[in-house]
Amino acid sequence: MAGQIIAAVAGTIGFSVLYSVPRAYYPYCGIIGGMGWFLYCLLIPACSAPEATLFAAILVVLLSRLFAVKERCPVTIFLISGIFPLVPGGGIYWTAYYIVMGEMALAAEKGFTAVKVAVAIVLAIVFVFQLPQKLFQIKWRKAYKPKSQEEWK
Amino acid sequence: MAEEEREIMEVAMEAGHILLENGAEIFRVEETINRICRHYGIKSGSAFILSNGIFVTSGNMEEETFAKVQHIPVSGSHLNRVAAVNQLSREVEEGRCTIEEVRKRLDEIRQMPGKSNHMQIISSGIGSGAFCYLYGGNLSDCLAAFLSGFLLYIFVLYISGPHLNKMMSNIAGGAVATVASMALFKLGIGQNLDRIIIGSIIPLVPGVAFTNAIRDIADENYIAGTVRMIDALLVFFCIAMGVGLVYTVKQRIMM
Repeated sequence: MAGQIIAAVAGTIGFSVLYSVPRAYYPYCGIIGGMGWFLYCLLIPACSAPEATLFAAILVVLLSRLFAVKERCPVTIFLISGIFPLVPGGGIYWTAYYIVMGEMALAAEKGFTAVKVAVAIVLAIVFVFQLPQKLFQIKWRKAYKPKSQEEWK
Repeated sequence: MAEEEREIMEVAMEAGHILLENGAEIFRVEETINRICRHYGIKSGSAFILSNGIFVTSGNMEEETFAKVQHIPVSGSHLNRVAAVNQLSREVEEGRCTIEEVRKRLDEIRQMPGKSNHMQIISSGIGSGAFCYLYGGNLSDCLAAFLSGFLLYIFVLYISGPHLNKMMSNIAGGAVATVASMALFKLGIGQNLDRIIIGSIIPLVPGVAFTNAIRDIADENYIAGTVRMIDALLVFFCIAMGVGLVYTVKQRIMM
């Protein structure tokens, strides 16, 4: 479990580097990816992959919005890398694999699950972005300080 | 006066251009353009944003007519530029910048360097290794996925990115990741070929297009959202094609 979370944090940070997220935000991206995957791991013994993804993605979007308000920056920055562990990358592979192997039933099953997982992510994003912005404006102890040009690296 | 109005509209468009090009949502582009127009006193400014183009006009009884269309091909996603323009737009709203300063800052943001190539290659490797572990690989699988993600991004940055179109580069990327994983597997690095391949194709997954598509559709920007969603689905499909092609060839050779 600990290893899984460390891998999720490392993977998320890896992708935030690929998308040129400013360096100061790597820790946030890592926390969001790690927490999302942690919740997914907790839920997966009890429910199906799309259900677990739905709740994990809701947590990811909530955290992304919270940090976006705190840091006053676009929510996209946290959301894109944070959601990465939940995107059905495995589903793409298995679908292609079973189609080539001629196992159509298995391919359809895997492909359909991947679509359901993607729909779960869609629902989570749509739900959480409906919440009013006010909910996220909790008081942070440290006052926000605008970044200088140098810090956007 | 007319010259000044023109400059304001040009600056607003430039801000929108940088945002759209680097993977911002449609409503953010729209909001930023409107903010800059309103703040510098152009009441009739209006913007229409598509996923790959911006249309800006202004003009009424008092203000002079201005109209401009820009085609903006989607390039890489530099989220640091999106963040920087966003902060600039806040500062404009608080009245802390003159229009010349905004122009200068936008030029600086445009010049902002992305991550260097070797940094991107390493982080692609780390991403692949980490995701291989998440999908149930063991440590030696992770090592193989790391190497194969590393090779994949060298291919993406030096061969497919500059020379191939989007569909071909994703098909080829999926194929390269699969071949690299199979080769490493043959060399005895890693035990689960499936996990290695899954990990190493992950850097190709269109995270920005997929997430933005959902958000644009949820914001009722259906045209831009649909185009981005098709873009994302096409990339998913192409990756799968690449993997499938290599498996097909491998099966034929084995027989």
